Parts: sequence; C-alpha cells; structure tokens
Amino acid sequence: MIGLRSTAIALTATISLAAATAVSAGAAWAQDTLRIGTEGAYPPFNMVDADGNLHGFDIDIANALCAEMERECTFVIQDWDGIIPGLLAGKYDAIVASMSVTEERKQAVDFTNKYWTNKLQFVAPKDAELDISPEGMAGKTVGAQRATISAQWVEENLPDVEIKLYDTQENAYLDLASGRIDAIIADMLVNYEWLQSEAGADFEFKGEPVFENDLIAIALRKGNEDLVADFNAAIDAIVEDGTYAEINAKYFPFSIY
Amino acid sequence: MNVEVMIEALPKLLEGAWLSLQLLFISGFFGVLIAVPLAIARASQNTAVKALPYAYIFFFRGTPLLVQLFLVYYGLAQFAFITENPILWPILREPYWCAIITFSLHTGAYIAEILRGAIQAVPHGEIEAARALGMRRSTTMGRIVLPCAARIALPAYGNELILMLKGSALASTITLLDLTGMARTIIARNYMPLETFLMAGVIYMTITFVLVRGLRFIEHRTSAHMRPRPTGPAEGNPAAAE
Repeated sequence: MIGLRSTAIALTATISLAAATAVSAGAAWAQDTLRIGTEGAYPPFNMVDADGNLHGFDIDIANALCAEMERECTFVIQDWDGIIPGLLAGKYDAIVASMSVTEERKQAVDFTNKYWTNKLQFVAPKDAELDISPEGMAGKTVGAQRATISAQWVEENLPDVEIKLYDTQENAYLDLASGRIDAIIADMLVNYEWLQSEAGADFEFKGEPVFENDLIAIALRKGNEDLVADFNAAIDAIVEDGTYAEINAKYFPFSIY
Repeated sequence: MNVEVMIEALPKLLEGAWLSLQLLFISGFFGVLIAVPLAIARASQNTAVKALPYAYIFFFRGTPLLVQLFLVYYGLAQFAFITENPILWPILREPYWCAIITFSLHTGAYIAEILRGAIQAVPHGEIEAARALGMRRSTTMGRIVLPCAARIALPAYGNELILMLKGSALASTITLLDLTGMARTIIARNYMPLETFLMAGVIYMTITFVLVRGLRFIEHRTSAHMRPRPTGPAEGNPAAAE
C-alpha cells in the first residue's frame, strides 16, 4: 500500500515543485499554529469517523508530538496522491500520514526520524506448511500488490516463486481465500487488520517478518532544518517517557516502533 | 524521453504481446462458435426462439467487460461448489481460462449481433432462388445465407476483433501479464510510465495494423464478384484488379 504510492507521488511532486517554491515563501506567517496534513483513509493509522472527526495512530502521535513541542496543531485532510504537492504548496507544514521514507520522495521532501517501522510478512492458511526460504518456497504461488515493496521483495529474494500481482490488496486477499495462491506478502499491519476480520479467520502469519526496515516518518518541506530537529527531539521524548508505548498499545498489542 | 528504457523493455513487452494475441485469437475463435447459432436463432421470426439469444446479447452488451471478468474470476471463486468441483476448479482457478471464457462469451454476443444483421441483409432473391431449386431450409442456410452473411459481416467483424485486442488489456486486472500487465509491472520497477506505455502502444498499433491489412486482404479475395470484370490479357487474375 505504502510502497505503491511512492510512484505517483514522486511524479506529481516533481511537477509541482516549481510552482510550490513560489508559494511556500508566503506561508511563513503560519509559524504559530502547526498545520498537519493527513489522509484520513488509512485505518488504523488515520481515518475519519462518522462524525467527521479524525482519529487513529498517526493523529494520536501527532497530538503527542505537538504537546511535547508546545505547539498548537491543526489537521488538514488531503487525498493521498496530492499529499506531497499540498505540502510543497504550503497548505500544511508537515505530513503525518504513515508515509514510507523512499529515495524518490527524498528528492522532493525532507523526512524526520522514523516514528514507526513497517515490516513485510507472509500470510497463509492455518493448515498450510510454509517454509519461508528460497528452497522451501520454490514452486509456490505468492500474491502481492503491484508496485509495492512487497512485490519487489519477492522478485529479488525468491527467484523460483510464481508471483501474482494485484491492483488492490483486497483482490489479493480474495484469491488467497479462494485458494488460487498459496500465500500473500504485504505490510504486516495491513495483514494484521485483515487477519482480525471474518474473512481472515482461517489464516495466520507464517514465519518471521522478512523485511523489517520500511521506515515511516514525518515529511516536511525542504529547508526546515529547525522543524525537523524539533520533531526528532519530540519523537525521542515521547518514546522515552512512555507516551508512545501508551498510544501504541491502543492499536496493537506489540510494539511497532 | 529515454529511448534506452524503451528498447530495454521490448523483449518483456513482446512476451506480453504474445499472451495478448493468444487471448485475442482463442476467444475470437470460440466467440464465432457461440455467435453462429445465436445469430441464426436471433434472426428467426419466432418470438420464443428469439428470446434467449436476445437476453444473452442484452446482458453481455449491457455490462462492462471488466465487470464480467470480475464476476467470472473473483465471483465464481466465492462459491464452495465451484472451488471443490474437481472438473470446474482446475479450469476456473487459472486466470488464463477465466479470461478466455469471459472474452469468448463477450465477443460472441457482439459477433452474434453483427451476424444477425448480415443474415437479414442477405438479398431475398438469393434465398428465393435456392428455394426454387428445391433446397431445404438448412441447406439454404449452410450454402447460401451463411456464406453470404459472412462476407457482409466481415468489415464489422474486423472492427470487433480490434476492439477485443484492446479489451484484452483488462486481463492485466486478473494477474495476467499480457501486454498491458507486463507494461505496468515494468513501470513498477523503472518508474518510466511514459516510455514504457509508449512502447506498449506502438506494439498494439503494429498488431492492429497487421490485423487491418489481413482483413482487407480477405475482404478483397471474397468480393471479386463485386468489382467490374477486368478486361484484356489479365482476365481471371484477381491481383490485376487492384
């Protein structure tokens, strides 16, 4: 999910970079309140409830960070594919929307240190034996969402696996349920959500997470070194004083830092 | 524009194009098999005979190909009696056969409608002449009406074939690496959508070009009687009529 988004973002970001630099100079007036952009459509990280209120892991973290920095914060909801252009155009000052740090995005924005770590992990039927190794997986069929780091991981690490690429993660789950594929590889926490649902009842994680270093961070306009430093100090502080663990526990029974 | 990327992508794209061509021709073949009885029934004077092909054609023309493909691929796989059926499931679990089945049923409906129009356009005099010679209904259909209708339907059928070539791009949504699926997979790695899709577009256009020329040739060969008779020493040589 997260990896997929990087392509479109990198493109739109480059296009709007020129236009945005002109605007961002005028955005300095908003120094007092910090405006935070988020998507509001990525449960359980950021979502909008029936009353139109934003909530989720990202929102709680952002609020904790603002309290730590003693800054007033407001949220701006922005569609995912316009979220970096919106930042560059000065519609908000930071993106807290579970964005993966990627090389393409680094061309357009600066990132803070990570505030959670995404992992990739396999999911398969409970009654299936799955040995996650190049030999053990040889001849198996694995599903993944197209243009994600998951798909890339399989191509690079499991040469003898037949990989099937899906347009959406939901379609991949449908094929896992019907038995067309032996396993799925995806963002661990997305898999976790699905395993909690009724459709995922007969399935479970297989093996340890295979890729553990997909860093999720806050994106800022380039040239805001002070703000990056403030955020980094605040992230360290909430991890230190247990605020982070408290928020973490609201959503997941294991640490995602 | 990065020409190197386009050339690099070519072998994989041609591999995808080969799958697209298989989907096109196999479903085109089964489509005709489905269409002929449908068209004959559809051209009938009898309302009861007309009703079934009418409903079939109405459904397949009235819903998007993508929806039909999802119904067959994801929809049928929801039912346990399909996934546990030892005959159906080995076929329906394969995206390849799901695509062939859906495309055949879909194009069959369109070809049936084209053929129905052509059957009704066969000059009445020819049918009357056949009857006057004592041919039975079925003989008249097989020897006079269908061959004549096939000729009339040919240009429209060619059009349908080209539409199906482009429709086959939807196979990429059910994990098949046809020309479009292959292009999208390459883009996920090289981040060069412009170059890669452009190359894929060139391949689609080349296939269309060959299809159009081929159909034109067949059209030409089957319509010698429509052209003025050539005069002089070249008489009887169809190539000289160009």
